[in-house]
Amino acid sequence: MRTQGITTPRARSGMERMEQRWGLLLGLPAMLGFIIFTIGPMVASGWISLTDWNIYGDASFVGLDNYREMLTEDPLFFKSLWVTLYYTFASVPLLLLVAFAAALLLNADVRGKAIFRTIFYLPVLVPLIANTILWTWLFNPDFGLFNTSLEQLGLPTSMWLYDERTVIPSLILMAVWGFGNATVIFLAGLQGVPAHLYEAVEVDGGGLLDKLRHVTIPMMTPTIFFNLVLGMIGSFQAFAEAYAMTNGGPNNASLFYVFYLYRTAFTESRMGYASALSWVLFLVILLFTVLIFRSARSWVYYEGNNAS
Amino acid sequence: MTSLRTGGGIVVPLGRSGRHRVRRLAGRISIYLLLIIGSVVTLLPFAWLIRSSLMGPAQIFSFPIEWIPDPVRWDNYPEALTAVPFDRYFLNTMRIEVLVILGTLITSTMSAFAFARLRWRGRNLVFGILLSGLMLPYAATLIPTFILWQKLGGLGTIAPLVVPAWFGGGIFNIFLLRQFFMTIPRDLDEAAYLDGATPFGVLVKIILPLSKPALIVVTIFTFISVWNDFLGPLIYLGNESQYTLAIGLRSFSSAYTAQWDQLMAASTAVVLPIVVLFFLAQRYFVEGITLTGIKG
Repeated sequence: MRTQGITTPRARSGMERMEQRWGLLLGLPAMLGFIIFTIGPMVASGWISLTDWNIYGDASFVGLDNYREMLTEDPLFFKSLWVTLYYTFASVPLLLLVAFAAALLLNADVRGKAIFRTIFYLPVLVPLIANTILWTWLFNPDFGLFNTSLEQLGLPTSMWLYDERTVIPSLILMAVWGFGNATVIFLAGLQGVPAHLYEAVEVDGGGLLDKLRHVTIPMMTPTIFFNLVLGMIGSFQAFAEAYAMTNGGPNNASLFYVFYLYRTAFTESRMGYASALSWVLFLVILLFTVLIFRSARSWVYYEGNNAS
Repeated sequence: MTSLRTGGGIVVPLGRSGRHRVRRLAGRISIYLLLIIGSVVTLLPFAWLIRSSLMGPAQIFSFPIEWIPDPVRWDNYPEALTAVPFDRYFLNTMRIEVLVILGTLITSTMSAFAFARLRWRGRNLVFGILLSGLMLPYAATLIPTFILWQKLGGLGTIAPLVVPAWFGGGIFNIFLLRQFFMTIPRDLDEAAYLDGATPFGVLVKIILPLSKPALIVVTIFTFISVWNDFLGPLIYLGNESQYTLAIGLRSFSSAYTAQWDQLMAASTAVVLPIVVLFFLAQRYFVEGITLTGIKG
């Protein structure tokens, strides 16, 4: 019965039952993990955010006091939010643009493609902490590569990490250096674009730009979307740069939100207030993610996913 | 379908006229030029890193910049690497790597398969909820998770760094694998089901072999993320004998401020193994990137 049955209603419902069972079973580790390491902690965090809790003492319930304090008495909250938004919305689009351009160049059937791709990917391999040490040295105002080179060329130098106005642009520069990860993912997407679509454009007399507009970019939208979402979320959570390079300074100009949160929780030991901070961060990220997902309907094209 | 309209449908003869060839050549040259400039800019920080790691304290501060160490000071490496026990930090890191990668590969493929290939009630809702977890900042769950591990007696052990990988292997990997799985034609599954296969059989016998490159990509990404992880080990590993390379390097750098020769040597040594590994695995990595071979 089964072998020919997929079209008959009875076999179909058997199939549905089987998929239902196996779907739940195979998805179980992820769902359990989500409950234990995400939902559970989130709920706990919500409760902790309503308390005044030093990790060693007892928690005392204070209602929405932490949130009130955040919104009315804590300039550092707004400062860190602004710093993080500025960093994210400057570095992510810039990085994706560079990464996409590099992927397009690499996809142009060049000789030595593997070498170029490796070179572009190398910065991604540098462990974050090694990276912070290296870039602190590159940015060193007296002896670093950037200022020494600028000076040699007779150009004005910069204080880089040591000036409130330049610290975030400096960290953006550092972030964009890691564009190779997105390039590799873009390149994977580009190689999945069926050649016959390009041939169709050629037959119709279209040039490079037509291929880019009518084939490459539409076919790449899922990949662009993927990179945009992950890039934004990763960037919102920047921490090590502030922790290891700037200590949030100068004058809190690089006080990344997660660094501020870390300091509140693990240096000042104010678990309640830090939990409130983390809830607000979650809501902010959720807001931007929902906005991107909503917009995705009008610009992301999925092949072979019409059924679901 | 994608619109392929072009004005009039004129067929342009390709590569025949001389003018076309000249334009083509100019295009090629500018592509190479851009790639070379991009490469030089990308490599410059590396050159600076290695050059500084091989210089004495006098030459490193030279103006104008000197690029060639003279004399080459190899001693920076043994000095930096024995100042703190980097060999132990390496072993500590590798132990975490193995446990995390195993857990990730096993549980993330299962989950990705459930979300990409099986139709079950609540699937899209559950996936949407899991995705919201992807949006969740690491920091949002950090405090209660820390308290949870404190209650479980997990502080000062590697459990908090390893155990979560065995529960889905990270939503990032599920998302990535799901995207890959969705590009494999459904006909293959349907045919296997007609032959009486179970979903688990389809996953193991059809999807996984076709996804080998994607799995290697996940492995490499996971490896890098564990290698890079800083906040996790910073919070959970109390005592120095457990330090990972990232934390060890950080504590070294705060103790040896401004000794750039030593710091660059230690940083290079931490970067190097992972670069070597990347070169060894690159063949597979390239395969991994041509992920949708079946579509052609």
